[in-house]
Amino acid sequence: MTDGHILEDKSHFHGVWVFLEGRAGQLRDVSTQLIGEGRRLADLRGTPLTGILPGHDVDALAREAIGYGLDRVIVVDDPILEIYRSRPFAEVMAQLIRRQKPEIVLFGASKNGRDLGGRLHAILETGLAADCVKFDIDPEGNLDMIRPSFGGKSLAHILCKKHRPQMASVRRNVFVAPPHNPDRRGEILHERVELSPEDVDATLLEFDEFTKEGGLRPEEADIVVSGGYGLGDPKNFQLLQALADRLGGAIAASRKAVDSGWVPKTLQVGQTGMTVRPKLYIAVGISGAVQHLAGMQESDKIVVINIDPKAPLFEIADYGIVGDLFEVVPELIRQLDALKGGEVGAQPTLPAEVR
Amino acid sequence: MSVPASGMRPMRIIVCIKQVPKAQELQVDPVTQTLKRVGVPSEINPPDANALEIALTLKDRHAAEVVVLSMGPTSFDESLERAIAMGADRSVLLTDRILGGSDTVPTAYALSETIQKIGGYDLILTGEETTDASTGHVGPGIAGHLALPQITYVSEVQIVDGAVRARRTEDGTEWWQTKMPSLCTVNFGCNKPRSPTLTGKIRVKRGGVIAHWSCADVGIDPKKVGLFNSPTIVAKVDTIRLPPRAGRMFSGDARESVRALLDALIRDRVIVP
Repeated sequence: MTDGHILEDKSHFHGVWVFLEGRAGQLRDVSTQLIGEGRRLADLRGTPLTGILPGHDVDALAREAIGYGLDRVIVVDDPILEIYRSRPFAEVMAQLIRRQKPEIVLFGASKNGRDLGGRLHAILETGLAADCVKFDIDPEGNLDMIRPSFGGKSLAHILCKKHRPQMASVRRNVFVAPPHNPDRRGEILHERVELSPEDVDATLLEFDEFTKEGGLRPEEADIVVSGGYGLGDPKNFQLLQALADRLGGAIAASRKAVDSGWVPKTLQVGQTGMTVRPKLYIAVGISGAVQHLAGMQESDKIVVINIDPKAPLFEIADYGIVGDLFEVVPELIRQLDALKGGEVGAQPTLPAEVR
Repeated sequence: MSVPASGMRPMRIIVCIKQVPKAQELQVDPVTQTLKRVGVPSEINPPDANALEIALTLKDRHAAEVVVLSMGPTSFDESLERAIAMGADRSVLLTDRILGGSDTVPTAYALSETIQKIGGYDLILTGEETTDASTGHVGPGIAGHLALPQITYVSEVQIVDGAVRARRTEDGTEWWQTKMPSLCTVNFGCNKPRSPTLTGKIRVKRGGVIAHWSCADVGIDPKKVGLFNSPTIVAKVDTIRLPPRAGRMFSGDARESVRALLDALIRDRVIVP
């Protein structure tokens, strides 16, 4: 079921592709972020940048995507592709790649992006690097795919020298989306891929969309207040929520807190959770396993609150408070309320008497 | 293993597991900035343990045989024995020097060939990713090789009238249905893997629960596995030098500490009073 070929002459492969994911008539932000990085790589290689958009009735989305910096979009339109399904999407991508031979294909490391990339790389028998955080072009013209290795404390440079295309996935918020230019011109090409009803090998029975009720998502927040095992009890996340509310931020959690069943997995920061890079990350009662660091170490400012002065997370803190979080956090809330309450002016330094 | 009254053959579930260094034990040496790996104990890759728990839950409800499959050195027997002690029926370790250095393409290929050699499977389960390589590519890669339906990132699997139903989360909760045979990858932390039982431990002690297969035993093409037949190579590894942080520590009276912290954050213009 795989291509089975060993190597093709790689000089036949040209162009940078970005797999575009739509959701509810919008491009996923990981897709717009990828377009920005794809543009840079395409310019370095002197080749066009193409977005690939399998879907149904998605021409408007294709036009919008061009505004982020694409030269063209290949649309494969089929009612079968209206929602993401592994087999037909992998079939479409495999056929397009065999026909057009791109040298680089980038995917968002969303669950669907990883689902697709994983299946596709085995079918095409080519290299795929997961969760890249940086790309370069090496002196031989190969894509240098740079990803965190174990726990994110080192960076591995992955090369795919003999196989094409070179494929990589990138998590959300690793790259910054370029500004949208509605006047940018680009081509929209419609390609046909024969799909049969047998390609629909899975049926979506039920779908309950997550609502925004849960408040601001950590990936979208400028300030993230994250709790760990030190909270001791799920109800103490209310304390963090109170702090996050004062700061206009979102709450998140360490794997251990999630593992203990205190908060849903959708709030988990770290290697098997999400990556965040807010302006301010406040870690409360998190000791700082390397897997946690992988998800937050690029935050602009890191504040660590922990009773244990030896907690490893202090090593990467801008500011640390060694103390009991049940004293420190309420005090933080009190002083923030005092600031908001106008008892203090907008001076850069706080007066001595803050209550 | 119970045989259903109808005389139908019991369902066969293959769970792919990997043995990894225990994640919680890993710490970074603050001086050398490298991982302290020496003396770190091993465990079943935690998402794979969640996959095994789903298989064993299915076995509790339906007539099923649970076969655990791994690929690696014979030190992986430790994890396979644990899986048997937890309730799996038997295990296969694909172990061969020529597999060393395989990336996800040969790994998915070699596991697919081994799964075909085991044969008669209805459901294949893997963890969402491993905690040591964390690619998440091998599960979908196996499904691609074997041209099976795949449902990734599931937290619950049910067998209803011979079909697989799985709960997945992406932008919400999704319930997918597919036919068998098929493959699901299982979310880390979606359940609490059971502990080994006394009967399970006795089965391990009696022996004969792990089959060691070489590439030749399975019929794996040596030209398609190992470091030199992997599309990707790790060209080099850089230690991350994190941007210097202020590293200012406050301790003692909470009120004083918090005041000093807010003072600093306001000065840095991170928060606006």
